[in-house]
Amino acid sequence: MSAPPRVLAPFGRRAARVVERRVYGAYVVLRCADPDGPRPRAGQFYMLAAAGWGGGDGERPFLPRAFSVHRAGAGQGLAFLIEDVGPGTHRLCELQAGEDLLLVGPLGAGFVSPADGRRPLLVGGGVGIAPLAIWQDELGGASALLGFRDAARAEGARLLADARVATDDGSVGHRGLVTDLLREQLDHDPHATVYACGPPAMLESVRLLCAERDTAAQLALESGMACGFGACFGCVVPTRRGYVRLCVDGPVLEASELDTAMVAGAGH
Amino acid sequence: MPTELCGIELAHPIINASGTFDAIAARRVFGDALIAQFPFSAFVSKTVTVAPREGNPPPRLWETPGGLINSIGLPNKGLGRYLAEDLPELAALPVPLIVNVMGFTREEVAELVAGFSEREEVAALELNVSCPNVKTGLVMGADPGEVAALLERVRPLTSKPLIVKLTPNASDVVAVARAAEDAGANAVSLINTIRGMALDPRSGRPWLGGTTGGLSGPAVRAVALAQVHAVAAGVDIPIVAMGGVQRGADALDLIRAGARVVAVGTESFRDPAAGTRISEQLALLAANSDLSRDASSLNC
Repeated sequence: MSAPPRVLAPFGRRAARVVERRVYGAYVVLRCADPDGPRPRAGQFYMLAAAGWGGGDGERPFLPRAFSVHRAGAGQGLAFLIEDVGPGTHRLCELQAGEDLLLVGPLGAGFVSPADGRRPLLVGGGVGIAPLAIWQDELGGASALLGFRDAARAEGARLLADARVATDDGSVGHRGLVTDLLREQLDHDPHATVYACGPPAMLESVRLLCAERDTAAQLALESGMACGFGACFGCVVPTRRGYVRLCVDGPVLEASELDTAMVAGAGH
Repeated sequence: MPTELCGIELAHPIINASGTFDAIAARRVFGDALIAQFPFSAFVSKTVTVAPREGNPPPRLWETPGGLINSIGLPNKGLGRYLAEDLPELAALPVPLIVNVMGFTREEVAELVAGFSEREEVAALELNVSCPNVKTGLVMGADPGEVAALLERVRPLTSKPLIVKLTPNASDVVAVARAAEDAGANAVSLINTIRGMALDPRSGRPWLGGTTGGLSGPAVRAVALAQVHAVAAGVDIPIVAMGGVQRGADALDLIRAGARVVAVGTESFRDPAAGTRISEQLALLAANSDLSRDASSLNC
């Protein structure tokens, strides 16, 4: 594997003005201007907070929250895909154009291009589709298989090009799991590099499907983080070389490094 | 606002709390900007133990109202690799280096102190005494006799300043601080995290892989202030104070309570450059307070 794609972050937290807030079913896309920041690599992430942090349920949030960059590019600023699932995401979803995101990043190491002529195949679940959009942009196109719980969340499929969709309730696309679609694709041709991001059970299923077929896979994992820059040692995940800090050694890891993608505490 | 700690000159009174900033990892993330804009006037390492440690199983973090419970378990590469790999890298920092060490017996602490004592990169040593002595079963920092015996063992091994990091999970912190001073400690630092716990709302079982953890952040600030105030009345050696510092005003409170130097911990998780902001706020506040008219009060 070549050197992990990592763009250095400016030191310290900075304000980035929200320039657009768009709703896609159950999701909010916040786009912000970040004139003082570099263009991130696909799979890198930012720690996000906002004014009024601490004013939510249970006097939370207190710590910033980690989000993979969803889109970035010349003149586009940075976009983040957010689902309201707790006090941190709730506050972020409230932000309107003209308000500031407080961010640190880009952080971590992102996706690596496919090797040996393998075709890229994107597999996303729920809000985990976020980093696959910027990666599809960078690759100049790639097949995408996306799974969602229901029709409101399946609205997120509009954020990627040419996506095949599965929903748990069958309201959109294939009724069942996105990994059903992946199995079908890999049985047809396993010579691929799978790029996956989603809930732990989906990632574990992707890992097993790929391992059985000798298909390369890079998984963008999630773990609770306090800092995002290697300070707190809170986000470790077990790998074949011991615990690694997901924030500095990930969040994208080669599936072959893992014995499981079921990260303790993820999806909380 | 220059100050000094045990003979170490510091550009300002704000340092980091052990285990809350990894300068080597931060340099991978921020590059040379970290060196150019280093936020602390001294760098305190994460705890080093004799043997390598993987740390506790995840989950390791839980957010509380105004705080964080962590159960990290002191992962580190062990004395040998730390001396060989990390110390040379940390020598590139533009500030003095304080190495935090912990042993499970007095002999282990002695091995650590002796190992770092020979290295010129190290300005001072901080002794983490928040762990049980596996031979006596007592938490070293919870018992004045244990702390005295520890200092008597390691004091002769080094001429470098020894700072004893007190645990707030002791029945009489002032007695422990006095015992450290009497046995030759050059300074004390406090507070370490306060033992806490969280339950998984879904299973009702302990959330943290280590069952309990340490609470930090603004939730503990009032406890820190009370303990610093009490210890300052009981010892003459300088105090490094920490606990929930988020702003210059919080640092000023701890200095008024008797601290020489103030450490920032959890706030750096929210903003890696928090130390710089806090030291600048503190300088402004001090310029407008009694502290600038009576500089000796900074050294109380």
